[in-house]
Amino acid sequence: MLKNRIIPCLDVKNGRVVKGINFVELKDAGDPVEQAKIYSDGGADEICFLDITASNENRDTIVDIVRKTAKECFVPLTVGGGVRTIQNIRDLLLAGADKVSINTAAVNNIKFVKEASKQFGSQCIVVAIDAKKVSDNKWEVFTHGGRNKTGIDVIEFAKQVEINGAGEILLTSMDKDGTKSGYDIELLKAITDSTNIPVIASGGVGTLDHLYDGIVKGGASAVLAASIFHYGEYKIKEAKEYLNSKNVSVRL
Amino acid sequence: MNVTIVDYQSGNISSVINSFTEVAKGKVNLEVTADLNKIKSSDKIVLPGQGSFKSCVDSLNSINGLVEALNEFAITNKKPLLGICVGLQMFADVGFEEIETKGLGWISGKVSKIDNQSGKFKLPHIGWNEIEIVKQSKIFKDIENKSHMYFVHSYEFIPNDKSVISATTDYSSKIVCSVERDNLFGTQFHPEKSDKTGLKIIENFINL
Repeated sequence: MLKNRIIPCLDVKNGRVVKGINFVELKDAGDPVEQAKIYSDGGADEICFLDITASNENRDTIVDIVRKTAKECFVPLTVGGGVRTIQNIRDLLLAGADKVSINTAAVNNIKFVKEASKQFGSQCIVVAIDAKKVSDNKWEVFTHGGRNKTGIDVIEFAKQVEINGAGEILLTSMDKDGTKSGYDIELLKAITDSTNIPVIASGGVGTLDHLYDGIVKGGASAVLAASIFHYGEYKIKEAKEYLNSKNVSVRL
Repeated sequence: MNVTIVDYQSGNISSVINSFTEVAKGKVNLEVTADLNKIKSSDKIVLPGQGSFKSCVDSLNSINGLVEALNEFAITNKKPLLGICVGLQMFADVGFEEIETKGLGWISGKVSKIDNQSGKFKLPHIGWNEIEIVKQSKIFKDIENKSHMYFVHSYEFIPNDKSVISATTDYSSKIVCSVERDNLFGTQFHPEKSDKTGLKIIENFINL
């Protein structure tokens, strides 16, 4: 049976982890390579790096981090943030990323998703969708970390993402992100019901029950979380044992 | 010993290189190349494959003499070869991804889309799934039954001769996820992304 995945996400800015793990055993709390290794040794099913570096000059930094991490972590590595060109994708994959997540560039031009999946295979193309609720059962796609409104309906966009060859959708609720009040389950359900590719839930996790809800109520194939793991509130293993105790199948 | 990872521009093989480098450290000489002479003189070959069946077959064929060199290595000389993901799928006679495409024809059978039972199962089959070992394979030495492996695929290899199957995984139906016939080994899952268990499989292959 296919297991539900737990994916810790590390925000990286100018090569350093933002809001890093607070573990005492860490030599360098800002080193993304060391933190990724801790997660992978701790049973993470996948590692996600989100590059939030603002300037283009520092693009090479994330590539270098991916290169170092990929030599030490032998679980899938997804990298997103600022991916705009085929060359960006190629650089990340050559450095050792297994999947690349595209956000704004996919919204600007859905054909970019098609081109990328044709060139590198659907298995490594993830489209990250940032959604904000606009009315009952209606969500809109936002870009630039929730600042820019696009007028695009999330359900319609998710369908387009699938048709154009993405292998997965990483769905973040901008309303819930950072609130620790749980995923937007209605949004998740709407997207998992209307697409046939796996959906990764993101934005809002504060407790282990939220992970359970994302999988069981929202229909997510994988759950992504940042702060509950970073601050050492829960270890990956605890999250998995909890889900397992509630009959959600996970890799233990 | 020389182990060669065939680099035929089949997409992203960095993870395969990283994991083999990790396991091979100080033990074997690892080459990543499509050089025909190096392939012929290797002791073992790894044939990775990402993207579609058609794109991988096209890439193999685009390198003059590569298919012949692989045939000589694996079929005539019967030296150990490990196919991973589409690398395994290409062992088949034919694949049906994009359009009908001829495979290497090493293990008779076809590659077709996983039956998602009208949307009940999401495709691609992405993530960690348990393998059911149905035949002891040399690359499964010290690997427990029901171990978790990492999968990413929408197509499955269906061999005609079921005795080549060494493991299956449950996703919509019992999908063939590992085969062994004489010197030919193949995994549908990615040992290079399957944590310590995956590295053990790579080590078993290197130690053959």
